[in-house]
Amino acid sequence: MSRLQMVVNGNAVDVDVDESRYLSDVLREDLRLTGTKVGCAEAECGICTVLVDDTPVVSCVYPAFKAQGRRVDTIEGLQQDGKLHALQQAFLDHGAVQCGICTAGLIMTAKGLLDRKAAAREAVTEDDIRAALKDSYCRCTGYQSVINAILQASGQDVKPYLPETRAPKTEVGQPRPNPNALAKISGSARFTDDYAFPGMLFARTKRANIPHARIVSIDAAAARKLDGVHAVLTHEDIPGRNAHGIVSVDWPVLCGRKVRYVGDAVAIVAADSQDIATAALDLIEVEYEELPVVADPISALRDDAVHVHEERPDGNLLKHIKVRRGDLDAGFAAADVVIDRTYRTPTTEHLFLEPECSIGIPAGYDPARFGGAVDAEATRGETARHDKTTIYVGSQIPYADRDQAAATLGVPPTEVRVVATLMGGGFGGKEDITGQIHAALLAEATGRPVKMLYSRQESLLVHPKRHATIIRMRTGATKDGRLTAVEATLYGDGGAYASLSEKVLTRATTHASGPYDIPNVRVDCFATYTNNVPAGAFRGFGVTQSCFAAESNMDSLAEELGLDPVEFRRRNALAVGATTVTGQVMRESVGLMECIDKVDHDMRGEDFRWAWDEGDRRLAWGLAVGYKNTGLGGGAPDKATAEVEAWQDPDKGLLAEVRISSAEMGQGLPGVLAACAAEELGISAENVGVLLGDTDVCPDGGPTTASRQTFVSGNAARLAARDAASKLADAPGTRVVTQHEYWAPATQPLGTGGDMHVGFSFVAQAALCEIDRRTGEVQVRRIIAAHDVGRAINPLTLEGQIEGGIVMCIGYALTEHYILEDGKPWTSVMARYKTPSITHAPPITSHIVEHALSTGPFGAKGMGELPSIVTAPAITNAIYNATGVRVRSLPVDQDSLLHAIRTGATEVELGWGDRDPIPTIEFGASH
Amino acid sequence: MSTAWNRYYAPDTVTAALDILQRYDGRARVIGGGTDLLVETRRGLRRPIEAIVDATRISGLDSITEEGDYIIIGCGVTHTTIVSDPRIVRYGQCLSESCGVIGGPQVRNTGTLAGNVAHALPAGDGTIGLMALGGDVEVTGRDGARWMPAKDTFKGPGRSVIDRHHEILTRLRFKRQSDNEGSAFHRVMRPQGLCLPIISMATRLRMNGNTIVAAGISMGPVGPVPWFAEPAAEALVGQPASTETFNEATRIALEHVSLRTSKYRATEEYRESMIRTWLPNILANAVQRAGVPT
Repeated sequence: MSRLQMVVNGNAVDVDVDESRYLSDVLREDLRLTGTKVGCAEAECGICTVLVDDTPVVSCVYPAFKAQGRRVDTIEGLQQDGKLHALQQAFLDHGAVQCGICTAGLIMTAKGLLDRKAAAREAVTEDDIRAALKDSYCRCTGYQSVINAILQASGQDVKPYLPETRAPKTEVGQPRPNPNALAKISGSARFTDDYAFPGMLFARTKRANIPHARIVSIDAAAARKLDGVHAVLTHEDIPGRNAHGIVSVDWPVLCGRKVRYVGDAVAIVAADSQDIATAALDLIEVEYEELPVVADPISALRDDAVHVHEERPDGNLLKHIKVRRGDLDAGFAAADVVIDRTYRTPTTEHLFLEPECSIGIPAGYDPARFGGAVDAEATRGETARHDKTTIYVGSQIPYADRDQAAATLGVPPTEVRVVATLMGGGFGGKEDITGQIHAALLAEATGRPVKMLYSRQESLLVHPKRHATIIRMRTGATKDGRLTAVEATLYGDGGAYASLSEKVLTRATTHASGPYDIPNVRVDCFATYTNNVPAGAFRGFGVTQSCFAAESNMDSLAEELGLDPVEFRRRNALAVGATTVTGQVMRESVGLMECIDKVDHDMRGEDFRWAWDEGDRRLAWGLAVGYKNTGLGGGAPDKATAEVEAWQDPDKGLLAEVRISSAEMGQGLPGVLAACAAEELGISAENVGVLLGDTDVCPDGGPTTASRQTFVSGNAARLAARDAASKLADAPGTRVVTQHEYWAPATQPLGTGGDMHVGFSFVAQAALCEIDRRTGEVQVRRIIAAHDVGRAINPLTLEGQIEGGIVMCIGYALTEHYILEDGKPWTSVMARYKTPSITHAPPITSHIVEHALSTGPFGAKGMGELPSIVTAPAITNAIYNATGVRVRSLPVDQDSLLHAIRTGATEVELGWGDRDPIPTIEFGASH
Repeated sequence: MSTAWNRYYAPDTVTAALDILQRYDGRARVIGGGTDLLVETRRGLRRPIEAIVDATRISGLDSITEEGDYIIIGCGVTHTTIVSDPRIVRYGQCLSESCGVIGGPQVRNTGTLAGNVAHALPAGDGTIGLMALGGDVEVTGRDGARWMPAKDTFKGPGRSVIDRHHEILTRLRFKRQSDNEGSAFHRVMRPQGLCLPIISMATRLRMNGNTIVAAGISMGPVGPVPWFAEPAAEALVGQPASTETFNEATRIALEHVSLRTSKYRATEEYRESMIRTWLPNILANAVQRAGVPT
């Protein structure tokens, strides 16, 4: 231990710490300045940025003693005399804060820029901001609001970008910052890793690191003897059910018999420090007998394939999903033109910037035993102590976590409490269990709080990804531009465990032919088990994949027919009265045509051309449209229960709190629920608190998935508030508590016709792309978008979802591929997975279309996934319009694209990261 | 994970730094910003080190100075300082450009050119820029300091002739460009995967009228170490600045390089194509910057 002296946020600091520490560790652990977050520990993501002597540095790889004698500034020091710094205020005003995990990094990097420019007496430009924030990543905002906020903070008159929406009601329709944004910009917002409990231990997991093997033996004796180790648990130590899974319970909590993918957990360790826990992992001896690896979804279904789950009667076929409509042969016979092509989409990673973290607290935990005090914020007041096993976690489905942990602990669900902390991004990647159950098991085994924090590298290895797919699609149309038939076959790589594969790939299947009126359709989808990292939910939920195929075929058909691609889509667009491919009659709320018209109008300014040259670069527009269901649908019960408490405050008037166990991952749910409740109560949304995700305090809002929260929980909150308003009318001045269990309208399973979903949202986007003819590099210069969301409840956070979703889908098109080689990830570190940075984020023009859904809260329907669906094909359509080259695999590989441009080839088959050509697949065949 | 090293030294003299190296006898490592080493250490890719010797606080070696014809850069100088220093921009533009694309802004704020050169990666951008300028490095050991051309310091990927257990790269220098000289740098990247160059290249040209009278070209990765492309540079000397001349030098450069296909980064063909496109481009750019109308 040595003395480290710094001036932190203006205060002299003198601490005695190991010389081996990094600055981020000293700030977070010794000084408890947890506003500085750590996202990767690789100097990649930039969220840990602090200022050392006014210079932005990444504190995760900055030795603490390098700061000896220096000034260090963190987010906590920005507020002066209780007044927000101009950057904090601007981030708030512009809605540049979503999940909040990267916010401190963005703000501190920007502060370095603003101070430097001010000292040089120079104005801050957008180019300056893009240069300074190049390595300050954000996965939520899409950066447009960030740029605008920084410009405003530099003293320029830049207003928040807000598309035109319907005239607001009293509260609904008002643009407001997310209620938790203030805590996030000030650095006081607490994510799971920001909690520390007296006596807390640190846990790590022994991973298989091989894709497929039988376990011969596990020997943890040496690890158990290591000094500082409190517990080592294996499959033998599980009191209850040794499996979890949201749809199928097929995922071992701790593997005992075999391992099915590299991230499988074999043992867990709790120790005095993470270092000791890590050392203990190396002492655990596991003997394996390796098995052949099932590496892709097509070979998985061959007769001679080994079975990932031997006990399954269907072998590696997880599910065969079918859509049937009309007479396919007649449809193709009527077609004048047919496009038949096979596409491939990559496995992709959510890369939420907060790695998974869970803290387990044993039942009856008393901090006084460890010389500490009760953390009143963590326990939510004195009434809710840790009298039962408690799990702190940023989770998308708190009640499912509770029930699954209870099953493994062998106790009733009511004996487990899940407290949902803030979540640093989810995007579907925090629906499955990761460390929740492990932390709870270790807490009960040791009688101490246990923190299970994943490193970025472990996060990449373990949690489910977006499904890789191979899609053959044949689309037919008549000379007058009417679609007559679509046939498609999809293979989806579900990885080692079921996760949400069945649901995700059902969505890929039902949406495969696009938002069009098509009389004859046959789609087959084969969801498979492999030994790859499991695939599950990811914003877009399968539709992102099949939309790429559908919208590529649409442009090719339009060209063959000599029709304008926009006009071709108009002729086939779903409208009220039309029937979807699953047999659902669209009775209302189909804003697709208006979306197309708005985008088309903006795109076609004066002198419109699809493509033109600018020096060595060729520019072109491309367009794509799509749709996405709201809610679980398919006959699944879809409900949420909200509790509303309302009371009269002598100073502030009527106040209320909405309580519901739904997840806020940065999308803005608290603001939406507050607005819905406030509207019914006739008060300002600022007077409505929202408490989310505590299974002992908040009723179940169901999973935060399927773009369902605004619709289902929004309705529940609205109706509970309406009940409260009515009670208050009867007994003014009293304190009332109401609960409302809201059931979404019933839906029908796929294949039975009728309403498969409660409603759909629609989108059209145009991308202006630039292709450098010297290098094949592709840059998106501009996006024009229109989204039919039914009703904009909060236009500010809505626009944030749109911009962030679009940029995420730009990543899908151009930068992202989680590469697996025979079940082993090449993408083992964040440095090997690039999401769009601020330099990739184009200006976005956004239109909100509001075709109200009568069953939605104030007409609103789901939209969280909608923006992340069509951008990729809009980009590849633009690339085709620029170069005449059709891209069949994502993400676009500049090397292959340049080669095609130079050789006059009309297609690119290899995406970046692909090693093999796209396999040939037969329609309808399962192998 | 914080057991990567035990002691952290930030000596303020070269002698003190060398003493520490001596004392630890191979178990200490010198860092500038440490941005390469510490990332690898943190990922567990390196064996733990006993001691770190931070070379950025050595007095007198944290600034850019001028001595005679030379611009001298101390080992504590960060990429950010180099990029924004008007003397580097004016007298060694390709170095400023190359340091400006290393890593991201935060990494450039701590990473040093000395670290970039000492790390000896096949395509260190700052290294490529310094080499094209004909730059030298000063290596100091207990027996004193010696200057040597930067291009002669590489033994293999990540291996430098500098004895890292007993020596420190203390300073870097290059001769100021005169008015009839120009330099330029270009790098081709891809937006996916590792942030490593597909190809980086730099040049410095001296003109007499329209005739090239002296030339330096550097590039990487075209082999295990950054390449000082002497055959291509020699082909330029005495020739008029013209497309033909540039293409001929490019042809010769391509004859001498052994390009590789590196997985998920670039094919050999793509690399060749990028050299064919961009080497003539930076040569023309350097000629223009030397004040020759094009």
